[in-house]
Amino acid sequence: MTVFRNILIRLLTTAVTLFGVAVIVFVVIRVVPGNPIAMMLPPGATDADIARLQAQYGFDKSIFQQFMIWLSGVMQGDFGTSISTRQPVAGLVLSRLPATLELSIVALTIAMLLGGALALAGTRFRETKAEAAVDITSGMALSIPDFLWGLVLILLFGVLWPVFHISGRISPALNIDFSTNFYLFESILRLRFDVIADLVGHMFMPALALAIPLAAIIAQLLKQSLKETMHLDYVTLARTKGYGENHVITREALPNAVLPTLTLVGVQFTFLIGGTVIIERLFSYEGLGNMAIDAVINRDLPLIQGIVILFAFLFTIVNLVVDMLYVLLNPKLRHA
Amino acid sequence: MRDARGDVTRPIGARLWLSGAWLALLVLAALCAPLIAPKDPLMQDLFLGRMPPFWVTGAEPGYLLGTDSLGRDVLSRILYGARLALIVALVAGSLTCFIGATLGLIAGYYRGWPDRIISRFVDIWMAFPPVLFAILLIAVMGPGLVSIIIAIVVIDWTRFARVIRAEAMSQGAMDYVASAQVAGRTRFGTMLTEILPNVLPTIVALLTLEMGIAVIIEAILSFVNLSISTDSPTWGGMIAEGRTSVHQAWWVLVFPLITLFLTVLSFSQLGEGLKDRFDPVLR
Repeated sequence: MTVFRNILIRLLTTAVTLFGVAVIVFVVIRVVPGNPIAMMLPPGATDADIARLQAQYGFDKSIFQQFMIWLSGVMQGDFGTSISTRQPVAGLVLSRLPATLELSIVALTIAMLLGGALALAGTRFRETKAEAAVDITSGMALSIPDFLWGLVLILLFGVLWPVFHISGRISPALNIDFSTNFYLFESILRLRFDVIADLVGHMFMPALALAIPLAAIIAQLLKQSLKETMHLDYVTLARTKGYGENHVITREALPNAVLPTLTLVGVQFTFLIGGTVIIERLFSYEGLGNMAIDAVINRDLPLIQGIVILFAFLFTIVNLVVDMLYVLLNPKLRHA
Repeated sequence: MRDARGDVTRPIGARLWLSGAWLALLVLAALCAPLIAPKDPLMQDLFLGRMPPFWVTGAEPGYLLGTDSLGRDVLSRILYGARLALIVALVAGSLTCFIGATLGLIAGYYRGWPDRIISRFVDIWMAFPPVLFAILLIAVMGPGLVSIIIAIVVIDWTRFARVIRAEAMSQGAMDYVASAQVAGRTRFGTMLTEILPNVLPTIVALLTLEMGIAVIIEAILSFVNLSISTDSPTWGGMIAEGRTSVHQAWWVLVFPLITLFLTVLSFSQLGEGLKDRFDPVLR
């Protein structure tokens, strides 16, 4: 029962956090000097026109009143209307979300594979030059943020050896009718390998740029955790039974070493999702982050609010899922 | 992180000196930019647009690292760009450190309601995508050096608060703290004379790390054209220009990128190295 109570408490704090985020965004963006409404009208619009449009978007009311109106709309799934495109925010944001989710999930997968491989290699060849190489590589990869890795990758695979696309999400020439906005997942299900190749060609660099720092963290944590596990009695027992080093590491030590890494990967995954904002901009990838920067530049207040809240929601969901996974995978907590 | 790397012996001397040397060079370049820069960083010459660096055929003498699309000297712009980068690193880094570490120290040592309030704010902050938050703040405050510094402090104080809170908490539970209190020291005095010195190595390491992060955030903000006025040379602004013309003039992107890369790497390596030096256990 404690598990359920913990989840309930977590859901409540999640709600409080989201409410706090909403309040802060609301207050911050309403300090904006300059009138977003005046900017969307053609020159020569009268004051009466401006006032009418301001009333339509609710900007003539006090911040508190605006917040209550917005909040009651959100409760009914209405996030307002975008000023720059004049479309409902909820629809706009949800149409871009799949692109960002796909990018983040592909990046997470790359990070786990890369980081896991490095950690295993460092453990297998511990106390040799190979381990030192793993340490130095992960140390360096960790100190450089995704934005710089993205630029380095553009130079390597976009200019020096141009094998990947440096901008966009899909080649316009393909002209495919997707029934969802999860282009990659959908084409995998439909087994359209030409489309998959094109999508991967676009996604590879932004995903790798996001993955490198996380891979380095996973490599360091998992390797440390493996090292501690390798000294435990049951691992020694497996050795005396005659199992080889590879079997001991992957079958005996790894399952127990993964757990401590998992919780930290959860927090780091939210950092990765936050990183998509600038990486999508860098690679002109049409996701949520790119839309967010456009919204800020256009002073599209309702759209900014919607996107920030969605990001905050994603972050809290990721943390919640990781906590549940931890309980699920940890036999000590399962029966508590 | 210290215990995660404790049993790995690494030569810290070389890293410390190399990164220190690069940063010293950068400080020198920033201070002497008007003396050593071969050209005026703002001077445009449309007849000399996109000239390659000196070792490539077709280079224009006097423009060592080539020119951008408006014919401005890349080397001079990098040298002048170092000024803004270092000011942001020093001022924004120190302010973030001071505010974040103070709040972390209070939350971790006093516990109780100060901790609950600070931790609740940290939780809310962690739910913001940091880059988007920074861009939003700059859009609200308007571009400029002060806005950049405020934006960095506002988005990054939690990095210090979280780590220092945890450290102060574990230090606070130690016997030496209890004995200081038995000896009649006040709570506040104990925090300053007992807890602070013991979390100082972590603070110093985080501070140098934060300086590198501040440089990156400034570069990102210039990249989306929201840093300071568009005509002052910034590394991020140069990178943004280089990104659009990367197929015609790779040098406009490569040189500022290398500079930024080495600077960020140096700050973080310096932080790691200093932490090992200051650490009473490792010393």
